[in-house]
Amino acid sequence: MRVALMVTCVNDAMFPGTGAAVVRLLRRLGVDVDFPQAQTCCAQPMVNTGYLDEAVPVVRTFVDAFEGYDAIVTPSGSCAGSVRHQHRLVAQRSGDAGLASAVATTSPRVHELSEFLVDVLGVTDVGAYFPHRVTYHPTCHSLRMLGVGDRPRRLLEAVRGLRLVDLPHAEECCGFGGTFAVKNADTSVAMGSDKARHVRDTGAEILVAGDNSCLMHVGGLLTRGRSGVRVMHLAEVLAATEDDPGGVR
Amino acid sequence: MTHTFVGMPPFPTAAREALADTQLRHNLVHATATIRGKRAGVVAEVENWEELRLAGAAVKDRALRGLDERLVQLEESLTARGAVVHWARDAAEANRVVVDVARRHGVDEVVKVKSMVTQEIGLNEALQAAGIAAWETDLAELIVQLGGDLPSHILVPAIHRNRAEIRDIFRRRMAEAGRPAPADLSDDPAALAAAARAHLREKFLRARMAVSGANFAVADTGTLVVVESEGNGRMCLTLPDVLVSVVGIEKVVPTWAELDPLLRLLPRSSTGERMNPYTSTWSGVTPGDGPQEVHVVLLDNGRTRALADDVGRQALRCIRCSACLNVCPVYERVGGHAYGSVYPGPIGAILNPLLKGTGDPQTDSLPYASSLCGACFEACPVRIDIPEVLVHLRSKVVDGHREDRVPKPEAIAMRSAAWTLSRGPRLGFAERLTGTGLGVARRFGAARWTSARDLPAAPRESFRAWWRRTDGRLDDSGG
Repeated sequence: MRVALMVTCVNDAMFPGTGAAVVRLLRRLGVDVDFPQAQTCCAQPMVNTGYLDEAVPVVRTFVDAFEGYDAIVTPSGSCAGSVRHQHRLVAQRSGDAGLASAVATTSPRVHELSEFLVDVLGVTDVGAYFPHRVTYHPTCHSLRMLGVGDRPRRLLEAVRGLRLVDLPHAEECCGFGGTFAVKNADTSVAMGSDKARHVRDTGAEILVAGDNSCLMHVGGLLTRGRSGVRVMHLAEVLAATEDDPGGVR
Repeated sequence: MTHTFVGMPPFPTAAREALADTQLRHNLVHATATIRGKRAGVVAEVENWEELRLAGAAVKDRALRGLDERLVQLEESLTARGAVVHWARDAAEANRVVVDVARRHGVDEVVKVKSMVTQEIGLNEALQAAGIAAWETDLAELIVQLGGDLPSHILVPAIHRNRAEIRDIFRRRMAEAGRPAPADLSDDPAALAAAARAHLREKFLRARMAVSGANFAVADTGTLVVVESEGNGRMCLTLPDVLVSVVGIEKVVPTWAELDPLLRLLPRSSTGERMNPYTSTWSGVTPGDGPQEVHVVLLDNGRTRALADDVGRQALRCIRCSACLNVCPVYERVGGHAYGSVYPGPIGAILNPLLKGTGDPQTDSLPYASSLCGACFEACPVRIDIPEVLVHLRSKVVDGHREDRVPKPEAIAMRSAAWTLSRGPRLGFAERLTGTGLGVARRFGAARWTSARDLPAAPRESFRAWWRRTDGRLDDSGG
């Protein structure tokens, strides 16, 4: 099985540690993951802001970069959702039948990390060790667009040393929403502040989620409030072991 | 005493004001959480809820696919049963029909059972201009009307008011409109309801003409259906001599039997009840019983425009249950007024642009009034994929500016992003500037992010650069 890492533009530029954690985790599980260097972005920022024409060349780059891989793994529920649900619309807009057929081949091969681990590899205990009190926020697109269900929870519950505490109102949006975070900054911050308050109420040391963009938003509010809670991507928790705790940034 | 939504600012501006209203925030959190909880409970007890949703969506889709024929059939059935059918292209035509009927009967007041569509067309204002008072008879609509206020929710138009505020409105305003509130009125819900009942009873018994909307219009039997919880609808629909119902053309249901899934979906999704308290159905005129003159105004007002939009037309399936409002994290914080329309919340964010067309700054701001979290789609009883329509409408807004002589900064940013993201090496080059970019953002721009949120520190190198340097070898895990 040829497996590619789709790191996402946000992780590539701002959270490379998450990409490295996926590589470490997958290699530990015996998957020789490759990083196709032609990849850039899933085009979600353009599509969700309404710039469909601008999304066309980006989607074209995407299908070219990942052509020939059996599985494409990404540490982002939102980007996986964008590929699986929006690339078809972008291809339709382009009127290019070749692009449409390439999208039809590539899109279903994209798996969010927890889906890949549980459904493709069939593991829930990835051999991780992470002795911290954490709470988990199920991000909207992983929850409602992909339907990852309790996969991330099951993965976390199998981590040795980890104490998972319930997040109140967990399924409510954190308020990031891509360009929503700046176009409607006041509403976004109001939503994020409530999420941050619920996180603090859990007494957890770390907030874990499967999307760094949501974590950047809630994390930005938590650090601004000097809350003493940090945020961490699911991949980094799952990559941590007794020999290589990682994660401590 | 009447207000309109005309001249409302775009959503982000209106939302900022609403967010600062602490009373509003508190009222909304309490009210939406209560309805959400009730809905979740009664939906969970239906074993085949998903099948029921599909059935409801299918009925509405079937009606909309053959809308032209169904409407003609509806007109024929209604006419055969003694109703007078009027066709109205827009608000002005519909209002004229209602005003003409009122004038012909020489009435100076009408009682109304709550209807979204008469709010949409500004009927009360049109009647007022003709010297005819329009009395709202639903408790929440009465509160809104007496308060000189605007509705902020589809089901609970006065959701932004708490009982102390309602007591105050009743005590100050009821006397001007009819029977005054008792001098010792308390804010006990039962006392408030009793005051409203006494005030309204007088109007029901006096009025000679009523105006209603309709939840459904059954084509094969010529039956209109009004679903309500307070009995005021039953009063309006049976006591006066003349009844005028204004009905959006998307309300058509092909057959009587097909009401079944819709009448099961609606109460559970809206009030969180298993069955609706008062479901009134009537077909034209019944001699000697109820109104002896029945008019039905079939209104377009943008619905055919929405129907022509192949992605957006699913919004016409909406049965106005308001489940999407109650689960929406944006609505819960800003309330309904910020949407600048009688149709607020997620459904309003798509319905208004679909009915009015894009191009106006207020309307164009609505598709962006969402984080695309998808809670609305999950709750919608007729499976309207609201996030999908929101994104589609955003593209319509953007396409409307493609010929601008001076492109918006956002458009320039998106075009340059598309250029950068079309080649891996271009992105690699741009990423070497991530640290600088974040630094600049912190100092100068990006205030809309940084005014309340920290930005993360820039990494030493991008993932791409680390991979190229180490070939992904883990003993040198950068980042």
